[in-house]
Amino acid sequence: MDVVLIDSGGANIGSVRYALERLGANARLSADAATIMAAERVILPGVGAAAVGMARLHELGLVDVVRSLRQPLLGICLGMQLLFDTSDEGETTCLGLLPGRVARLVGDARLRVPHMGWNRLERVRCDPLQAGVADGAFAYFVHGYAAPVTADTLAASTHGAAFSALVRRGNVMGAQFHPERSAAVGARLLENFLAVRA
Amino acid sequence: MLTRRLIPCLDVRDGRVVKGVRFRDHVDMGDIIDLAMRYRDDGADEIVFYDITASPEGRSVDRSWVERVARLVDIPFCVAGGIRSVDDARSILHAGADKVSVNTPALERPALISELAGAFGTQCVVVGIDSLQDDDGEWRVRQYTGDPARTRALARRTLDWIDEAQSRGAGEIVLNCMGSDGVRSGYDLEQLTAARAHCAVPLIASGGAGEAAHFIDAFRYSDVDGALAASAFHSGELRIPFLKRQLRDAGIEVRLD
Repeated sequence: MDVVLIDSGGANIGSVRYALERLGANARLSADAATIMAAERVILPGVGAAAVGMARLHELGLVDVVRSLRQPLLGICLGMQLLFDTSDEGETTCLGLLPGRVARLVGDARLRVPHMGWNRLERVRCDPLQAGVADGAFAYFVHGYAAPVTADTLAASTHGAAFSALVRRGNVMGAQFHPERSAAVGARLLENFLAVRA
Repeated sequence: MLTRRLIPCLDVRDGRVVKGVRFRDHVDMGDIIDLAMRYRDDGADEIVFYDITASPEGRSVDRSWVERVARLVDIPFCVAGGIRSVDDARSILHAGADKVSVNTPALERPALISELAGAFGTQCVVVGIDSLQDDDGEWRVRQYTGDPARTRALARRTLDWIDEAQSRGAGEIVLNCMGSDGVRSGYDLEQLTAARAHCAVPLIASGGAGEAAHFIDAFRYSDVDGALAASAFHSGELRIPFLKRQLRDAGIEVRLD
């Protein structure tokens, strides 16, 4: 299986590539439109801020490329947030592949933001993308902004309020958590992503 | 609900895990991958690798082991020791580490914290603090704690440094309470509770863990987000699966399948 990771400049791209390699996939890093369009699977990773992530995609001329993909596409963490219409983080216009507005998590004395650590995936809808992942399974999160629970939500998680942890609309999928750092649960999710049909 | 984290800390020298009093009498404990995978399989929520080769002479070290770890370990890990610049941190993060932790270099030059946060985001930046209570009852920061001959008390109050580190962009604080470190008689709950009141970012307890009750107390009374331990885990006396069941029975949320 040929997987292309969009080189969006994040520092942690290596760990996503290693996770795919552990599953026997051939994962390459690319910012080239033709390479991305020809890939069997595309992953939009991303650690950082929404405005910087979108600016980088614009600079590389990849905004319309990502919007036009028909093969399975998986956004991870910030990469998932960029799939939505807009983000409150820097008042950013995102890719608009999924309806909704990404908002800042609200903390309080007992609720730390960013949301960092292991939390439960609460199943909202059945989908082959989460086959073999038990309702209530734990995944590793690190984020300060989150997408709302919408019709595209497959699994939610709760930090104060509920937010989208795993989403899918056709070929467009996203994980707010880090599958590459979520032990067996994350590996299963990536394995499912390599197997799903667009 | 977000679970509380259990974090084993491994001392690494030249790509091997060692134990002993830091900088002397090191005993080889084995290959870094073998030990990291054992903790991963046991249900550790995160691992800290403390690179003890790095700090004393300030020389650059071969960190190819970071990439070896990143290829195989599928839980988050942090690298501490001898990180003095954005370039040092970049090489570790690009090799696959999720976070870097700075201690002495941040005390020498606090702007390092903001530089790291600006370059990689606050979620990557952990500030480690070694702290000890002085005769006047005040907790103050210690420096060069890796080497007993050089360990130095600073005028800086621990709680002030916690405030400053956060304002400069620390995404997490590891508070090592030296009075209880290595004694295994429990975490310093008084100090941790005081630190908690100053800490809006995740706070990790370090120093003093020996038995399950110590972890329960730190989570229950000091509301820490995670608990770090070395000898309690390495000695084999406290296995993580057992500890997690004890924590769950005590009503503390942990990741346990």
